[in-house]
Amino acid sequence: MKNLHYFLMIYLSLAASAASANEPSPERAHELVRMVRQDCGSCHGMTLNGGLGPALTAEALKGRDIPKESLVATIVGGRPGTPMPPWHRFLSESEAGWIVDRLLEGFPQQ
Amino acid sequence: MRKFLALASVLLLSACAGQPLRGTGDLGLVIERASGHLTLINTSTKAPYARVEGLGDLSHASTVYSRDGRYAFIFGRDGGLTKVDLLEARIVKRVIQAGNSIGGSISQDGRIVVAQNYAPGGIKAFDAETLELLSEVPAEYAPGQFSKVVGLADAQGGKFAYALFEGGEIWVTDFKDPKKPTTQRFPAGKQPYDGLVTPDGRYFMAGLYGEDGVALLDLWQPEKGAMKILEGYGRGEEKLPVFKMPHLRGWSMAQGKAYLPAIGRHEVLVVDGISWKEVGRIPVKGQPVFVMARPDGRQIWVNFAFPDYSEVQVIDTLSGKVVKTLSPGKAILHMEFTPRGEAVWLSARDDNKVVIYDTASFDKIGEFAAQAPSGIFFTSRAARIGF
Repeated sequence: MKNLHYFLMIYLSLAASAASANEPSPERAHELVRMVRQDCGSCHGMTLNGGLGPALTAEALKGRDIPKESLVATIVGGRPGTPMPPWHRFLSESEAGWIVDRLLEGFPQQ
Repeated sequence: MRKFLALASVLLLSACAGQPLRGTGDLGLVIERASGHLTLINTSTKAPYARVEGLGDLSHASTVYSRDGRYAFIFGRDGGLTKVDLLEARIVKRVIQAGNSIGGSISQDGRIVVAQNYAPGGIKAFDAETLELLSEVPAEYAPGQFSKVVGLADAQGGKFAYALFEGGEIWVTDFKDPKKPTTQRFPAGKQPYDGLVTPDGRYFMAGLYGEDGVALLDLWQPEKGAMKILEGYGRGEEKLPVFKMPHLRGWSMAQGKAYLPAIGRHEVLVVDGISWKEVGRIPVKGQPVFVMARPDGRQIWVNFAFPDYSEVQVIDTLSGKVVKTLSPGKAILHMEFTPRGEAVWLSARDDNKVVIYDTASFDKIGEFAAQAPSGIFFTSRAARIGF
């Protein structure tokens, strides 16, 4: 019983740290949403329906069927040969992952 | 009967008092991009006078004016083309003309408004009076392949010049017969991202993203084809990331020279307006977005892409140096000079305000609230080629 309790503790703390690695703080989440809408929006459109860059709505992304890792890599490292710049100076890979998850489920409004 | 006449004349007078006569020369508008509003402003009182709503998605919206400065034609990102009456502060007509639009232009005679579109890629001409569709030119640069259109500018004689991002060409379309346009094509270079026509209407320039250089077409002698200027300005060095595409539109000619944003370099490039050779480059704070000359050409104001967009720099064209760095607010997206340039209005998107600066003293002389303001457009554009 003591052992089980011990395992549970470890399990819960691991789960919590995994969640905190992927889940930005509410303030940071707000910043990221704003950044996507406003700054990514310069090329992808504020509604994410596309502009010089392609549309990033859930529907458009699912239609193109791109693996999540590729989307994260595009945000972090940019796409050579296109105007997509690398954003790694401004966000971490796990934050890019969080953005991709939000994009795939329909991006929040500000 | 006399009593009735007296009453009628009082009514008539009060009706006139409700709508005083006025000109449009000191009016303009501010795009409030997030909410689909326009704030109508007066550059003499330095204040808003009305707000117009219901314009759809105004991210990246731009405006051209009718010759009398009374009507603004607003091109929205969602493909909306809206005609707004600045005197009555209301929408006159609104059509959805495309899926994804980037801007537009008005013809020299003021009769045709042309929209440039990303999707479906091409341009469309509308009757400026009724917004009835007159004709369209799909940007089909190869069979079945359509390009996004950038840099549309009004040229002389009912012609419009523009560039094709994927197509790598400059096209000049003649709307002499608005329902039967004819188009000439010129190879330009890799990925033109925007264009401008010089203030005299003679040259069309398309900035290239895919290579270091600018394509230049002499509209007086188009048969000579587009030539490349500023070729290899990056000297083969690795480009800095570009977090927002520069905008060439705006008056960047001053004192016989063109001032142009470098791509992927924190520099303004200076080109002689006759030989089109590079005559200088001016280091600036970040990736330039707008490089705009004050109407008299004495100063060039530069704003920047993310993350340097909360500062603005002023170049003195006599010394060729940055003489002032200002921090007018958070996320400065656009600048507009008053008709003769004594003041400049700047939109601070993340501070939700428009700020007004004196261009001689650099003092702030005004400010008002606006929701996520982006483009600022004054009616003085009505009389300028390329605006």
